[in-house]
Amino acid sequence: MSAAQPTSKYPDPAWHGRVMLAVVALLLLWPMLQASEFQPWILFDKQSLSSTWQFLSGFVPPAHSPEFLAMLLEATWQTVAIATSGLVLALLAAIPLTLLATASLSVSRLESGRMRNIAVLVRQSARWLLVVLRSVPELVWALLFVRIVGLGPTAGVLAIALTYSGMLGKVYAEILESSDTHATEALLRNGSGRLAALFYGALPEASAELVSYTTYRWECAIRGSVIMGFVGAGGIGQRMDESMKMLAGAEVSSMLIIFVLLVAAADQVSTFMRKRLA
Amino acid sequence: MDSRELTPPPAMTPATVLVLLGLLVLVIASFTTLDLKWGELFTADALRSSSEFLGGFAPPEMATPYLIKVAQATWETFSMSALGTLIALVLGLALALPGSGRFGVTARAVIRLKLNVLRSIPELVWAVILLIAAGLGPFAGTLALAAHTTGVLGRLFADALENLPREHEETLRINGATPMTAFFYAALPQILPQLLSYTLYRWENNIRAAAILGVVGAGGLGQMLKYHLSLFHMQQAATVILAMLVMIMLVDGASFWMRRKLNGV
Repeated sequence: MSAAQPTSKYPDPAWHGRVMLAVVALLLLWPMLQASEFQPWILFDKQSLSSTWQFLSGFVPPAHSPEFLAMLLEATWQTVAIATSGLVLALLAAIPLTLLATASLSVSRLESGRMRNIAVLVRQSARWLLVVLRSVPELVWALLFVRIVGLGPTAGVLAIALTYSGMLGKVYAEILESSDTHATEALLRNGSGRLAALFYGALPEASAELVSYTTYRWECAIRGSVIMGFVGAGGIGQRMDESMKMLAGAEVSSMLIIFVLLVAAADQVSTFMRKRLA
Repeated sequence: MDSRELTPPPAMTPATVLVLLGLLVLVIASFTTLDLKWGELFTADALRSSSEFLGGFAPPEMATPYLIKVAQATWETFSMSALGTLIALVLGLALALPGSGRFGVTARAVIRLKLNVLRSIPELVWAVILLIAAGLGPFAGTLALAAHTTGVLGRLFADALENLPREHEETLRINGATPMTAFFYAALPQILPQLLSYTLYRWENNIRAAAILGVVGAGGLGQMLKYHLSLFHMQQAATVILAMLVMIMLVDGASFWMRRKLNGV
């Protein structure tokens, strides 16, 4: 650390290097500013200011007629339900894939330190499947499914199920491999089956972490299902999209409030669950 | 094995049972209240039409002029994510100072609330709102990424600053340094590695977000994807999806490498 000498003329000995770094960074930044059409002044031209003002002035008071609130409540529940069902389906797919992908559950590895070729092949293909599933963003899955099954929650549930099975499978395998494998190995060496080794060796070791990651993902799924509403996959996102298109500021503002509350509530529930089940 | 010598498994407390029951109810309610159309997915008719739909993706469009267009959109997406993250780094750090209680308790509470609101609204929703002020295009997307990421980073930075032992800063203060000098020469160098590693992690997130922001009209690859999908240009859409995957993997790799360098491995 460069301790500053308050008496010296140049308090910072790294002064030259820092200025150079800043110049290089600015040179690199320029094409990026171009590419992203970074023109902050358009925020302040008259037309954009007046339309923003018109939209924002609609925000107070938020829409609060009983029919609207009832509709909003239903859409909110739909969002939560899409996230929950999607995550349950993701779990159903992720658990078998995890079992395939986890190296510490391999039997052939025990004797020679190496896995049999076919085991390596199965394990690698399971891992690649997981990579592909989670690399495609959920919104892209949603866009595709909306075109296959039509508008509505089904597309959202499927999109969450696919993306999250990839994420859950990968992280579950990592958790199982990084936790203490003594018990698992002892069981496998003494002839227990792979499932028994999982249930009595690996799971008790790692259950707290697994539960905590799953609830965290549930929280993410709620956010994701709101977003997917914007491409027509149901829930509060779809309503917000409709209200935005009509520039109905009052409706958008109550939706944003509901949305912030929903995220905060999901956060609370998932903290609570982690404490309870971990 | 003599099972009598094993201790019985720990009994579940009533509260845990209640939580599990609550979960079960939530899951069942979710599946029953949603109007899920499995029928349209698994009938022979649906299977044929969806396999036709998916078959339309192959082979991806690979003509050179189109590839150039995709490369431009990829660069646009990349710039959006990098700029958005950079703005968020600066704003997040600026907000983290009051957010870590350096300017009093009231300022801390107000800034924390502000950061929470910024954070709980996702990038895509920000983009939809900002489209009104910034117009269609990548600029709105950049601002949206910056808004959400400022909330996330500001909170993380503020927490990091609060958890920092205060001795170094206080030593400088006692010896006559101004509060900001003390911050720049004592606190900042200590949290800098953590700060950069959080920022890189958010950048990985933002590149994914930037790829899809265009779906609502905020520029980049997402906008191309939406355009081609709505016109059923499947082969072009396939190229865009491939470009997204390649870009995401490259950035993940770069960020992983940089973080290892930062941690001195």
